[in-house]
Amino acid sequence: MKVVIVGCGRVGSTLARLLIERHDVTVVDRTSESFRRLGSKFKGQKIVGPGTDMDVLKRAGIEGADAFISVTDGDNRNIMAAQIAKRIFNVPQVFTRIYDPSRAAVYAEMGIQTLCTTSTSAGLFCDLVEGRRPDAFMAQLDSYLDAAQKV
Amino acid sequence: MYVIIIGGGNVGYYLTKDLVGAGHEVLLLEKERARAQRLAEDLGEVVQQGDGCEARVMEEMGFARADVIVAATGEDEDNLIVCQMAKQRFGITRTIARVNSPANEALFAQLGIDTTVSATRLIFNLIEQEIEVDHLIPVAALARGHLEIVSIELSDQSPVVGRSIGEIALPGDAHIIAILRNDKGMLPSPNAILQVGDTVLTLVQQDQEPDLHGVFAA
Repeated sequence: MKVVIVGCGRVGSTLARLLIERHDVTVVDRTSESFRRLGSKFKGQKIVGPGTDMDVLKRAGIEGADAFISVTDGDNRNIMAAQIAKRIFNVPQVFTRIYDPSRAAVYAEMGIQTLCTTSTSAGLFCDLVEGRRPDAFMAQLDSYLDAAQKV
Repeated sequence: MYVIIIGGGNVGYYLTKDLVGAGHEVLLLEKERARAQRLAEDLGEVVQQGDGCEARVMEEMGFARADVIVAATGEDEDNLIVCQMAKQRFGITRTIARVNSPANEALFAQLGIDTTVSATRLIFNLIEQEIEVDHLIPVAALARGHLEIVSIELSDQSPVVGRSIGEIALPGDAHIIAILRNDKGMLPSPNAILQVGDTVLTLVQQDQEPDLHGVFAA
């Protein structure tokens, strides 16, 4: 799969490193400084420029992309980039991260696949506090505890 | 009319002043607290602090009963999202977005924003058109840019000087809508003779605009 990721912060860079083993990955960020997070061995493409600029996205190969994810630190930038990918370039799979739950709800209604990490983290913590066990999270916690015991 | 303006930069500031002066009910929404305070000292209670993209703020500020929403921040993405949220969540039919990157004008239209204003494009057009041809300047785009009103100032080189309006063969279905002479406006009668210094306002399909050059320019 050809995947374009807009935003090379903690989430964007981690995602790029997860995907690069099996997919063709291009990362877009406004500053080249951010690409440090990818490490020196990263084999994917890096494009500098705003992810809401259609020329920049074309340079990133959006026209042939199978999936697009916008994870910059700005909700509005993520939404705009996702809409360009979906409505202008018809990328088959488009996902975006939105912090503001009310904005996430509106754009989910408009057919943009959104992940609202504010709501999901709050829900997760709520489960933990009230004694429910979210399995994936517990598995991660267990692996941390294992690692800690080995040290 | 109840007009809500988002973004308290220079555009938002002067627009608020003018609209209040014209007797409209106006709300100017500025995200940054310090800036909102400074604006409020000058403009009074029409200024409120808040993020115009947050549904809760939009509700409190009465977006639901606004007649027009003007997104006038310096960031295109913010202007897009303000207008889309206003439409989708509050059913606002009339939204106007300031667009900084001219390429975004077409994009915003595709994403459902009725009206966009790009100072960058206006200035670009003024320069291009004025240098290239005899003062032929697009002054307004109508119906999402399909129609344009073009202003043409006639120099002594223009081939139409000394001819009557009825004699001029305009491209396609273009129309002369007014003649401005010595700061006075005249409706175009077919017998009126064009003079040097006249400004001719023409309504034209955008794709036929280049053909106007051939008719009026030297």
